[in-house]
Amino acid sequence: MSGFQSNNKVVNWLDQRLPIFSMMQHSAIEYPTPRNLNYWWNFGSLAGFCLVIMLLTGIFLVMNYSSHTSLAFDSVERIMRDVNYGWLIRYLHMNGASMFFILVYIHMFRNLYYGSYKAPREVLWWIGILIYLAMMATGFLGYVLPWGQMSFWGATVITNLFSAFPVVGSHIVTLLWGGFSVDNPTLNRFFSLHYLLPFVILGLVVVHVWALHTVKSNNPLGIEIKTPADSIPFHPYYTIKDLFGIGLFLMFYLAFVFWAPNFFGEPDNYIPANPMVTPPHIVPEWYYLPFYAILRSFTMDLWIIPAKLQGVIAMFSAILILFFLPWLDTSKVRSAKFRPLYRQFFWLFLVDCLILGYVGGKPAEEPLVTIGQIATAYYFAHFLIIMPLLGKIEKPKALPASISASVLKEKA
Amino acid sequence: MRKLILSALVAAGLTGASGAALANSGGEPLMKPAFSFNGFFGQYDKGELKRGFEVFHQVCSNCHGLRLVAYRNLADVGLTADEIKTVAAERDIDDAPNDEGIIAKRAGRPSDKYISPFPNEKAAAAANGGAAPPDLSLMAKARVGGPNYIYSLMLGFSEEIPEHHVVPEGKYFNKFFPGNNISMPPQLMDDLVTYTDGTKASPEQMAKDISVFLNWAAEPELDARKSLGLKVMIFLGVFTALLYALKRQIWKNIH
Repeated sequence: MSGFQSNNKVVNWLDQRLPIFSMMQHSAIEYPTPRNLNYWWNFGSLAGFCLVIMLLTGIFLVMNYSSHTSLAFDSVERIMRDVNYGWLIRYLHMNGASMFFILVYIHMFRNLYYGSYKAPREVLWWIGILIYLAMMATGFLGYVLPWGQMSFWGATVITNLFSAFPVVGSHIVTLLWGGFSVDNPTLNRFFSLHYLLPFVILGLVVVHVWALHTVKSNNPLGIEIKTPADSIPFHPYYTIKDLFGIGLFLMFYLAFVFWAPNFFGEPDNYIPANPMVTPPHIVPEWYYLPFYAILRSFTMDLWIIPAKLQGVIAMFSAILILFFLPWLDTSKVRSAKFRPLYRQFFWLFLVDCLILGYVGGKPAEEPLVTIGQIATAYYFAHFLIIMPLLGKIEKPKALPASISASVLKEKA
Repeated sequence: MRKLILSALVAAGLTGASGAALANSGGEPLMKPAFSFNGFFGQYDKGELKRGFEVFHQVCSNCHGLRLVAYRNLADVGLTADEIKTVAAERDIDDAPNDEGIIAKRAGRPSDKYISPFPNEKAAAAANGGAAPPDLSLMAKARVGGPNYIYSLMLGFSEEIPEHHVVPEGKYFNKFFPGNNISMPPQLMDDLVTYTDGTKASPEQMAKDISVFLNWAAEPELDARKSLGLKVMIFLGVFTALLYALKRQIWKNIH
C-alpha cells in the first residue's frame, strides 16, 4: 500500500476504518501505467463511461415504462412526447446501446492487434468475453421492450434458435417465453432481466478492472513494464487523456442523438407489434449481424444434425472460441507491431468480420449465401488454423529492450 | 493511415447494415423534396405545418387516425386555443360512467388524444373494403425514407400500369407502395382543400405540406432536439479543445 496520509483528520479517521481513500490513491492515482499507450487504449474507459450512461438513462426510462404488451408501445411514445426531455433520455439510451458496442468492438480488436489476451492476461480477457456475452443478451432483451414489430419478430426468431437443441430445446423455448408463444409473460421476464443484467455487467467490469490492475495494462510494444521509467502514474496523465477521449466520444455519440437518432434503428419498430403480420425482412440489431450471418450460413442437413442446429452451434462457437485464443495463438510475441505476418492476417480477419456483418444484414440470396459461407469458414480457420500456425512459421522482429528505451529512441 | 482505413471500413460496415431494410419498397427511388427540417439547422416551417394540418383535418382524418397526438399539441402547428377546442369537439368519445353507471358520449377536449374516425380496426377495415387505413401518428418514422416516402406515395399514383402487372379490383397502382397495389384511392387533385393562407392547393403543395405535418406528428421534438443539439455541440467543441490543450500541457515532459 502507498502509506496514504491526508491533512484532513476526518479523511484519515475514515481511511483507518475503511481504506477507501488509500484504495483510490493506489488504483486511480498512483496506478503505474505504461507511458506509451496510444489512443486505442482509450476505449476501455470509454466503454465504462458508456455503461454508466446506459444505467442512468435506463433507470429514468423505467420510471415511465409499462411492461405490458398492451401498454409498452404507447408508454414509450408517451416518453417521447409527454415526459420532459423523455425524447432525449430515450434517444440517449437507444443510441447508447450502439455506441457501447462500437466502443467494445474497437476495444476487442485493439486487444487482438496487440495480443493483450496472452499470458498473464488470460483471465482479464475471459472476463471481457463474459462482459461481451452479457452485453449481447442485454441488448437483445432491451430491443424487445418497445414492443414494436421488430421487437416482437426479433424475439420470436432469436428465442426459436434454442429449439434447435435436441430433447431440451423446446423446453428452453417455453421457459424463455413463459408460455407457448412470445407474449406478455415473455415481455415481463425480458424486462426484469434487462434491468438485472446491466448490474451483472457492472459487477463484471469491477472484476475486469481488478484483474487489469493485478497484471497491469498491455501496451503497443507488447512488452512488460520492467523499470519505473517504463510507467507513469495514472493521474494526471491518463485521467486527462481519458477525459479528452470522452469529449471526442460525446461529440460522435450526440451527433447521432440530435441529428440522426434512428440511424441504427429499423423503421418497422415504430409499428406496434402484431403477431398476425410478419415483416418482409427480419433483421437483428447491427451488432449481432456477423453472428447472424454465421447462423444462416449452414444450409444443409448433415447425417443426424439438422442445418439449424449446426448454425446455432457455430454461432455460439464463434464467441466461445475466443476463450481459447490465448492458447490457439502460439506466438511468443504479443504485439502485431513485431509480427509481420500476423499483422496481415489481423486485417484480413477484420475485413472478414465486416463481410459477415454485411451478409448478415441482407436477405439470404445468392451470391451472398456463398460469400457468407466462405467468410464463416475463414472466421473459424483464422482461430483454428492460422493462429496456431503463424506462431510456428513467423519470424518476429526484434523486440526493444524496454518501453522507456523505445520511447526515448522515438523522441531522438 | 491504418486508422483511416479502419474508420472507413467501420463506416462502410455501418452504412451497409443500415441499408438492410431497403428491400421493402415499391421499386422506384423515392422523390426527395427539400424539406425545411432537413439538415443540421433544419426546423419546421410554420406555414407548411399549418397547411399540412388543414390537409390532414379536411381529408386524411376522415379515414386515418392520429391516436398518439393530443389536440392540445396542435398549438405547435399554429392553432389558437379556441381553434383547438373547436377541432377537438368535432368528434365524440365515451365519457366516464356517470353516477348511475351509464356511459354517455361527450365531445372531445383539448386534453384528449386525436379521436380516430373508426371505433376499432375491424370497423375501419369493414368500412374500407377490407383494408384498415393505418394510423398516421408514426408513419414518418415507420417507413424507410420517412417523409420522402409519404411525399412520393401521395404523388406516386399512375394510370400507366406496366405490362404484366395486375392491379386487383379495389386496388390502385402506386409506383412507391411495396408491391405497387395500394388500397387507398388517389387523393390529391387541384384545390382539394382551401388553404386559409391563400396558397394554391396543387397536388405537389399538398403532398409536401402533409409530409411535413406527419413528420411533425411523428417527431414533434425535432425543433427542440436540433436547437439543443447545436448548443451542446458548441459547448463540447470548446470543452474538448480545452481538455486537449490541458492534455498537451500535462504530457509535455513525457514525450
